[in-house]
Amino acid sequence: MATKAHAPTTMIEVEVVAITVVSDIIKRFRFEPVDGQPLPVFGGGAHVVVEMQDGDTQRRNPYSIVSPPGTTDHYAVSVRRDDVGRGGSLYMHNSLQVGDRLFISHPVNLFPIDHRARKHLLIAGGIGITPFLSMMAQLEAEESHFELHLSVRSDGGFLDEIHEHYGKRGSFYRDDRGEVLPLAALLAGQPLGTHLYVCGPEGMLNWVLKSAHDAGWPSQNVHYERFLAPPIGTPYEVLLAVSNITVKVSAQQSMLEAIEAAGIDAPYMCRGGACGQCETKVLSFDGELLHNDHFLTDDEHAGGQKIMPCVSRFQGRELVLER
Amino acid sequence: MTIEFNNETFRGDFTFSNSQRAIERFPFPFHEDKYMYAVNLEPHVAFRPGSVFEQPFDVDEHYVGEMNDRALVLNEDPLRCQSLPHMNIAGWDLLELIMTSKAASYPQWFELHQDGDRWHWINRPLGIDDTFTFMDNATLPYGPMEYILRQTQGDFAVLDQRENNLWMDAGMITTQADWSLDFDLGMNFMEWHGPVPLAHEMGIFDRALKFLLNVRQGQPARRLNWTMTVNPRLDTSPENYHKWGSDRMTVNADNVGELMHLRVELQSFWRLPRSNALVFPIRCFLISLQDLATVPKWGRRFHRVIRDLPNELADYKGLTITRPYVIEYMSQFDDGAETSPGIFAD
Repeated sequence: MATKAHAPTTMIEVEVVAITVVSDIIKRFRFEPVDGQPLPVFGGGAHVVVEMQDGDTQRRNPYSIVSPPGTTDHYAVSVRRDDVGRGGSLYMHNSLQVGDRLFISHPVNLFPIDHRARKHLLIAGGIGITPFLSMMAQLEAEESHFELHLSVRSDGGFLDEIHEHYGKRGSFYRDDRGEVLPLAALLAGQPLGTHLYVCGPEGMLNWVLKSAHDAGWPSQNVHYERFLAPPIGTPYEVLLAVSNITVKVSAQQSMLEAIEAAGIDAPYMCRGGACGQCETKVLSFDGELLHNDHFLTDDEHAGGQKIMPCVSRFQGRELVLER
Repeated sequence: MTIEFNNETFRGDFTFSNSQRAIERFPFPFHEDKYMYAVNLEPHVAFRPGSVFEQPFDVDEHYVGEMNDRALVLNEDPLRCQSLPHMNIAGWDLLELIMTSKAASYPQWFELHQDGDRWHWINRPLGIDDTFTFMDNATLPYGPMEYILRQTQGDFAVLDQRENNLWMDAGMITTQADWSLDFDLGMNFMEWHGPVPLAHEMGIFDRALKFLLNVRQGQPARRLNWTMTVNPRLDTSPENYHKWGSDRMTVNADNVGELMHLRVELQSFWRLPRSNALVFPIRCFLISLQDLATVPKWGRRFHRVIRDLPNELADYKGLTITRPYVIEYMSQFDDGAETSPGIFAD
């Protein structure tokens, strides 16, 4: 029997029971628990980490749960195919079949609803809609006041569904029709006590955050989720000083995945350079640390003492980590 | 397993007592012959059948007595239970967590029947049989947090998580070691820990906060904390200091074994699902020194811990006046023999 590099108490075995084509680049996967026990309740905005065995490579990718938070007989995730990515989404799209079994984590929520808000203003770009699908379901169940503004290239498949469920509370802006999200007007026209939530591509996220800041929004009222996929790079080696082993990191692999593949149970949460959980001490290096995270400060990036192995890489002769 | 619930008081005539079984399962907090602060956190998983670590929310022989005492405290001072408006969802999360846990742990006492949002809850020890609609406050006699915590041993702080900090925005605090929910309400983690000596300088709170912010759903954690109390009094609150503050003046060499109690908190940490709040139960266990000393290992070790405690910590642990009596009394149980590692009796 193959051994798995996860603690059994923290992962849940599920079966793929349905795969739905949402658009030409998005598929939705429906998971049901193998043991028939209810899945944990979760909050809007939560994600699970999906563990995939892709040939010799074990991948762990985070995906927002898009099924409603009250539902415990299944979870659904929507995955956008990234043809130039590391291969996780390609595996999900091309290899995963109905009937396959895999492991998922307990839900983790790094993008929760702030229940102090009198109103929730949700702004999404493209696949950044996914955390808002569960969030809107929860807000509606709680009878909270919210509106969604979604910017998309074209009709990516979610629009009809959102319109059907939420009517006028969802507004859509299609690039292919020359429509632009009226950000300045939205930010200027909100009642006191409104909280802003943003998820989308890097450029859009930065645009919304800067605009909100410039418009005088208090930072406590602004929430965002930045999911960064680990970038591809050149292969390198890392010496893990505590475990006393050398790990090879391939071009398509993250440092964290390579450490896990070596059988080491390293801490992690978002796997996207945002939460700080995987922070690891750099003991020494001869080369260049390629920081890609949003967690460490600029000074810390320059200092060469810490690295976030979920998204950051290395180029050079030798890297020694305290792990 | 059957337990008879004690008919006992934690005030006035102080009829509280521990049975032999309660003494044996007491969560003695010292794993070695000395004590210093530590972020001594471990996963809150089932451990040692019969121990207080076996169930997510332990129920013992003091359950009914403690709930009666809680009702008295709340009657006199309703501000011991407060919940800011944005914490209502967290209250329902907590009610669900405790009801499902207790029904699974102790089916002879607690039953939960769920039919969609229609829930039926039976609590036999307290004679409660209620039907309500989940998430509808109007269908319960109290708010969801107060309702379930009037039926659950231990204090509870319900912490909102935002801005990389934890905020004391709700709680039920009636068995506290001299701190006040009404005073701390709305404070963040660093603010409410302000009065603790030494630990800030040691970086304890920075590390603890980082850990707590990352506690995940389905992976609760726990730790033990301790202090000393004169008489088996649960309500040693600042609000009622005038009722218990002078108790320490009644301790002398003859009654120290009977009056002085080691007060241990089994603290646990849980991530709640819908609210993403962190709930922090603080379950209090009391034992008199004379009962503690019936376990030879604990008698020896406790003597050494108190004798060698730094003065700042002795003050903080409520030992300023009574320490000489405690050391003298406990010394008779310390024959100098070596003690085994770990907290459990040999």
